[in-house]
Amino acid sequence: MERYFQPEIECASRETIESIQSERLVAQVKRVYENVPYYRKKMEEKGVTPDDIKSVSDLNKLPFLSKADLRDAYPYGLLGKPLKECVRIQSTSGTTGKRVIAFYTRHDIDLWEDCCARAIVAAGGTDEDVCQVSYGYGLFTGGPGLNGGSHKVGCLTVPTSSGNTDRQIMFIKDLNATILCCTPSYAAYLGERMKEMGMGPDDIPLKAGIFGAEAWSEEMRHDIEATMGIKAYDIYGLTELSGPGVSFECSEQRGMHINEDHFIAEIIDPDTGEVLPEGSVGELVITAVDKEAFPMIRYRTRDICSLSREKCSCGRTFVRMSKPKGRSDDMLIIRGVNVFPSQIETVLINQGYPANYRIIVDRVNNTDTLDVQVEMTPEMFTDNIGEVQARQKKLADGMLSMLGIRAKISLVAPKTIERSEGKAVRVIDNRKI
Amino acid sequence: MSIRQISVFLENRPGKLSEMTELLASKEIDMRALSLAETADFGIARLITNDIEATLNELVNGEFITKLTKVLAFEVPNEPGGLNRLLKGFNAAGVNIEYMYSCFGSDRNRAYMIFSVADPDAAEEALKEQGLLSLKEDEIELI
Repeated sequence: MERYFQPEIECASRETIESIQSERLVAQVKRVYENVPYYRKKMEEKGVTPDDIKSVSDLNKLPFLSKADLRDAYPYGLLGKPLKECVRIQSTSGTTGKRVIAFYTRHDIDLWEDCCARAIVAAGGTDEDVCQVSYGYGLFTGGPGLNGGSHKVGCLTVPTSSGNTDRQIMFIKDLNATILCCTPSYAAYLGERMKEMGMGPDDIPLKAGIFGAEAWSEEMRHDIEATMGIKAYDIYGLTELSGPGVSFECSEQRGMHINEDHFIAEIIDPDTGEVLPEGSVGELVITAVDKEAFPMIRYRTRDICSLSREKCSCGRTFVRMSKPKGRSDDMLIIRGVNVFPSQIETVLINQGYPANYRIIVDRVNNTDTLDVQVEMTPEMFTDNIGEVQARQKKLADGMLSMLGIRAKISLVAPKTIERSEGKAVRVIDNRKI
Repeated sequence: MSIRQISVFLENRPGKLSEMTELLASKEIDMRALSLAETADFGIARLITNDIEATLNELVNGEFITKLTKVLAFEVPNEPGGLNRLLKGFNAAGVNIEYMYSCFGSDRNRAYMIFSVADPDAAEEALKEQGLLSLKEDEIELI
């Protein structure tokens, strides 16, 4: 039996959802036009006024916001409410440029936590569950978001934050944690450690995991599920749009349902900005219709995915987005070919290697080089050099057919690639361009 | 009797081999024989020690990737033609050698050859028919 946190909206008819969206969008655009000079100027440049926006179908008249705008307007330029009405900030890690600081009113935190609570209930969570939140707490949105959602569901919340892996495992065992929330790379690491400690899937009380904040492959999902004996659910979000909970997976796991009462989704051609028809693959653009303090309108997420409105058998009517292939920021262009780290991960896991790897890109004599460092495992090692080299070649061939370019495979000693407790740093780009 | 050898995966980087020897030295493990095979980016150290089980334990605890393999060891007189006579026996027995390495015993007049073959048990039988008796693990301790 599928359960919902807020069934009246999660399973509402399309008409109801669209009328809520239209009503909220009209009010949001008016508010932003009046209170955010930065966005008002963008609207004026495009010759749009709030009167032009009467429903969701007018959305494409509005200008986009991008990460570059957030940098320009840093830190207060996109604030939609006076600071005295704001009660919290969260911030990005700033790995891809300047930090983003997002502001929240009480209302914003409330709606964000609702979104996370929907994700937890969709993963089977109830007030009987013990939910361990091993996302980082602090500026990162992962910990605070899922913590708030877990409270709303009524789970016993274990706020371990990230790190101190053996203590994490002790809490999972001693408190019989049934739901784990963290990044997929940390989940893989926790699983690896539990295995080392001799714990099989049956010894681990967890039944579900909610993993997000970075791109991960289906293969990695199966791996984590098998190691811990759980069902692993994806959750999606960005700090700019509250944090995790913009969309989440249901038991069907055929894409993530976007919380459409708060977020309107579009797919655009990232080069032309043109809105693409349903089912097309392109860049996800999100409009937050009732976020107050940091009201993003047509925010370009840089995530590449597609949307589907096909009926989902879980009963939710919210549109589903496919798992992003990777953020366009994560995408590497190597010898002119687009490469996503998640593709490399897929090849590794398919051939039985751990999902712990490092990609080193460099430029030698004007040619890009791609070096994938993989940790040797006892299962892969034999005394026969020819056999080890054959496995190395099989990996290189797998990379070539997946990526379309050749990669050098370096086998490195175990535990030499740093384990991540939050978002994994997988790519080292040494090219000086 | 075949004897046990430990193969250790080593990244081909400065210091990797000495990390291993450092560990073995600190645990007072005595190496009887050692050989290194290398490619451009990784190597395999093959070793025979005074206590194979203890060595394996220490290496695994030290997070080295290891494999236990069976090899054949023969004593060879340290004189011209010594190895040749042994290899003729391999020929006659139809045993193919994957790799081999040598080590010396405490007695200067004797050398030892370690052989890796596809099927050590069958090879041992075939070689026995040629009058070649491979050493037992306790005999290796004399090295």
